[in-house]
Amino acid sequence: MDIAFEQVEYRYQPNTPFERLALYDISLAIPSGRYIAVIGHTGSGKSTLLQHLNALLQPTKGKVTIGERVIEGGKKEKHLKAIRQKVGIVFQFPEHQLFEETVEKDICFGPKNFGVPEEEAKQRARELIRLVGLSEEILAKSPFDLSGGQMRRVAIAGVLAMEPDVLVLDEPTAGLDPRGRHEMMGMFYELHRKKHLTTVLVTHSMEDAALYADELVILHQGKLMKKGTPRDIFSDPGLLEKWGLSVPEIVRFQTMLEEKTGMKFNKTCLTVEELAEALQSVLKRGGRT
Amino acid sequence: MMEKMIFGRYIPGDSVIHRMDPRSKLIFVFVFICIVFLANNAVTYGILAIFTLLVMLVSKVPVRFFIKGLLPILWLVIFTFFLQLFFNREGSLVFHYAFIHIYSEGIRQGVFISLRFMLLIFLTSLLTLTTTPISLTDGIEMLLAPLRKVKFPVHELALMMSISLRFIPTLMDETEKIMKAQMARGVDFSGGSIKDRVKAIIPLLIPLFVSSFKRAEELATAMEARGYQGGEGRTKYRLLVWRTADTLSICALAVVIVLLVLFRDGGIL
Repeated sequence: MDIAFEQVEYRYQPNTPFERLALYDISLAIPSGRYIAVIGHTGSGKSTLLQHLNALLQPTKGKVTIGERVIEGGKKEKHLKAIRQKVGIVFQFPEHQLFEETVEKDICFGPKNFGVPEEEAKQRARELIRLVGLSEEILAKSPFDLSGGQMRRVAIAGVLAMEPDVLVLDEPTAGLDPRGRHEMMGMFYELHRKKHLTTVLVTHSMEDAALYADELVILHQGKLMKKGTPRDIFSDPGLLEKWGLSVPEIVRFQTMLEEKTGMKFNKTCLTVEELAEALQSVLKRGGRT
Repeated sequence: MMEKMIFGRYIPGDSVIHRMDPRSKLIFVFVFICIVFLANNAVTYGILAIFTLLVMLVSKVPVRFFIKGLLPILWLVIFTFFLQLFFNREGSLVFHYAFIHIYSEGIRQGVFISLRFMLLIFLTSLLTLTTTPISLTDGIEMLLAPLRKVKFPVHELALMMSISLRFIPTLMDETEKIMKAQMARGVDFSGGSIKDRVKAIIPLLIPLFVSSFKRAEELATAMEARGYQGGEGRTKYRLLVWRTADTLSICALAVVIVLLVLFRDGGIL
């Protein structure tokens, strides 16, 4: 499902003294099956942008096209349930949305709202609980007896259970331990690849953005500043610094290596493996270029 | 939804009224609420209306905020107006058609009571519009201080008030977040039958309660860790200062009371 933004503007609380312009003149196309990472400083409008993807917020100006539906600025759109089934959002700290008596019921809650039969919803719950790395026994427990990390996984399973075409992730790994982070991000990437999900990831982690995304979108003070492949964007550290961002560790290491040794690599490496390979080929050719 | 609510909100500003002591403002509003009921004829209502308008002007708060504060209660004002209009059977008959009889006294009372409502709402919104919640609690704590003599837990009450006030916006934010998260999972908060709507509240209410319990526990731990042991022997960071403007405002109110007593029906004149 394609999503497109056309000169979208969003104002919080218009016509009050608390009015605030959160997004300004955003034009952005998210083609089906893409993995897009949105990065930007705190308060740059990332989360506001996300909520436009399934019409939780509707633009005050401009136009958002979600599949067949067109959400126009200034109008009150109704019957948005169909969109919400197609676009699943994992919010920041999704564990706060758990409420049912058992984990199973909570995971089934989303699908049931969209008319999935009980048996199938339960089937999905059983599959997903394993996918997010928990055992099936947990299904019978109360979500409030779980640890923070487990709750997060259950909440994510609850969103995945709706089987969305577009998966939107708002810092899904904030506050998780390194292993949990790695597992979660790996799982999302697997899903993206296997099911051809369109994925939009909001993150502060440049490493994740570099590792998984096909395309990066940089927001700064509500404006879309730049869009491009991770390699293009991380090749220019000066530019990123201007917007309060940085490059991944590995790129920083490469830059230092180039400065200290005078070596020149033919591309910006985004992973350890890439850098190791590049380093090998440079050394084979005798150290220079 | 909640962001449209203007009633009970503080609007930063810099006027004499903004800088006044919360104690004098609280006394002022409390006394004003009582004396509104003294007015019972055109002259006294006129005095009150002019006085309220003057105070609103001095506060420099844009008039539209007062109007916005009034809007949610407007139906009540209109309802009482028509109630008086149709059911008050005193005075002379002014108009009648089929079963509708409208009497002069009905119109008079209807206008007066609506005016009374509006004056009360304007002045009470003025209090919240120009005073930060935190200084309001300080003011209430100081005003209630004498009650300590009868073992009334003044400090605890003030503490609970300031904590509640502090967490209203946080809780509102959280409500909105959870609402959105559940909407993304297919909950419809604004449509459906009454039964569906009540059912839709559960996925919002339970997470809110759970997180409030958690928050209370965390806050209590953090307070204890910072050495909080209760009101005994605590010093104050924010001190209230009673200025000339405060004394003057109370004097102005006294003048109004005297005028009201003089000009009301059955009064001294």
